[in-house]
Amino acid sequence: MASHWRRIGIGLWLLGVAAAPLSGDNYVIKIATFVAFYGALALSWNFIGGYAGYPSFATAAFVGLGSYAGALCQNAGVPMVLSWGLAAGVTAIAAAALGFVVLRLRGHYFAIGSIALVEILSLIASWWSGLTGGGEGLNVTILPGGPVFIARFFLYAMLAIVVLALVATVLVERGRLGFGLRCIAQNEDAAEMVGVPTTLYKVLAFVLSGVFCGAAGAAYASWVAYIAPTDAFSILLTVKVPVMVLLGGPGTVFGPLLGSSALVLLEETVWARFLEFHQAILGAVIVALIFFLPGGLLGLAGRVRKSA
Amino acid sequence: MSALLELTGVSKRFGGIDAVRGVDLRVERGEIIGLIGPNGAGKTTLVNLITGVHRATAGTVRFEGADVTAQRPHEAARRGLARTFQIVQPFPQMTVLENVMAGSLFAGASATPAIAREDAMQHLERVGLGAQAHRPAAILTLPSRKRLELAKSLAMKPRLLLLDEVNAGLNTSEIDGALELIRSIAADGVTIILIEHLMKVVLSLSQRVLVLHQGALIADGPPRAVVDDPRVVEAYLGARFAARFAQHPTEASRA
Repeated sequence: MASHWRRIGIGLWLLGVAAAPLSGDNYVIKIATFVAFYGALALSWNFIGGYAGYPSFATAAFVGLGSYAGALCQNAGVPMVLSWGLAAGVTAIAAAALGFVVLRLRGHYFAIGSIALVEILSLIASWWSGLTGGGEGLNVTILPGGPVFIARFFLYAMLAIVVLALVATVLVERGRLGFGLRCIAQNEDAAEMVGVPTTLYKVLAFVLSGVFCGAAGAAYASWVAYIAPTDAFSILLTVKVPVMVLLGGPGTVFGPLLGSSALVLLEETVWARFLEFHQAILGAVIVALIFFLPGGLLGLAGRVRKSA
Repeated sequence: MSALLELTGVSKRFGGIDAVRGVDLRVERGEIIGLIGPNGAGKTTLVNLITGVHRATAGTVRFEGADVTAQRPHEAARRGLARTFQIVQPFPQMTVLENVMAGSLFAGASATPAIAREDAMQHLERVGLGAQAHRPAAILTLPSRKRLELAKSLAMKPRLLLLDEVNAGLNTSEIDGALELIRSIAADGVTIILIEHLMKVVLSLSQRVLVLHQGALIADGPPRAVVDDPRVVEAYLGARFAARFAQHPTEASRA
């Protein structure tokens, strides 16, 4: 995709989300906040799943870990934004340690290993009730200032995380790390042979895919002011985020944002009317993606331009 | 001064199979060495032991005096141990140029992708792939892929280049071109180990030939002497033919 089109797309996306409060409708602001939340998660997944080509289902593990770490810090009296930063740090360290173990696996085995991380952390959150409140969940201190202020505050907080993730994506893409990850995605053995430190790079990609999820998860916990193991470590979320990236265009800067906003808006406008078929429709989207859109929506745009 | 590469008692065992058995080997700077042996003799395993793909079960590998027995492949690449693969290993969805950039960026001296791009272009011109630079690597023909492998290895700024059957599957005129190229690489001061089936290539390039048979080094010397060595003839053709060859060399070679 030509870089100026990409810049225009990203600019419009950011403006569109940032302009949501102009509508004066709290529902619109809420949807925009969800668009930003999933945008941050999709950009995160893109590091490991898009650039490195590792089919990670660990997103919910990072989001859940971040939300619990942030909530616990905040309840212990740490200022809110600082506790998000701490949550991001905790998630990064956990991603490095877990990555070192699960990134030894490849392909389907890695996918299964990464799902296992979600389940294990979810179980820990349920069992360790002294710390986490167990299955009853955990209340998070509510931000004072009234619903209108809170809605706007969290919209811009999520947007700020998206911007940080975007900056990281552009830096990675332009540098050695991005080049090395693309080599790994195509032929890991050959990448190692030309001098790419594959283990280190994969762990870095996994940490990047964790750190913004951790921050977004912590912000989410502060936003909804209540978290429970089944919400925080949601298997549905862990599947949805990769689908968003595949929908937009994996291994690109704009693709994750495009895909996540498309899916969130679809979910709100169409699926909300067919609640009982919600997951069946997600399944159909996945199948359609695999068969008809291997490069995502951006890949489709590229094909149209080529044939024109 | 220590040898560029020195193997001492290197062995590799896969389950019950001794793929490489007690290999001792010294490679001096600037040599061109031919490594030959029948199929399954352990040639590629030996290359894998030198470049960190496999770790020796016993023995040590030293490169420029340092013990590198336990190195990982990317560490070998950064030390200046480059190799081509018998079965070529491109990054299929990248362009030809990007493939070579990878070598320049991660093992060569290029600090940024922009510098690597310029460097890679020069290596592509050298192997005659300049015109294909921006095409995807996946669509190259086999001879071109072999040259791509070579360009990628050169971009890694090797001190020791291991060419694993880089000429297999090429026709006569393509082989002549490849010989020329290998000579010019050697003239730049790169030490070369050729793993080769084609005797024409081995005899015309190598200063020294090593013969591997059932994982053990059975001969080491000047090309002619090695080719006439009865043990080598036996390894390739069997004991009975070797006996006939020893009695009547000309008659045997006609048979």
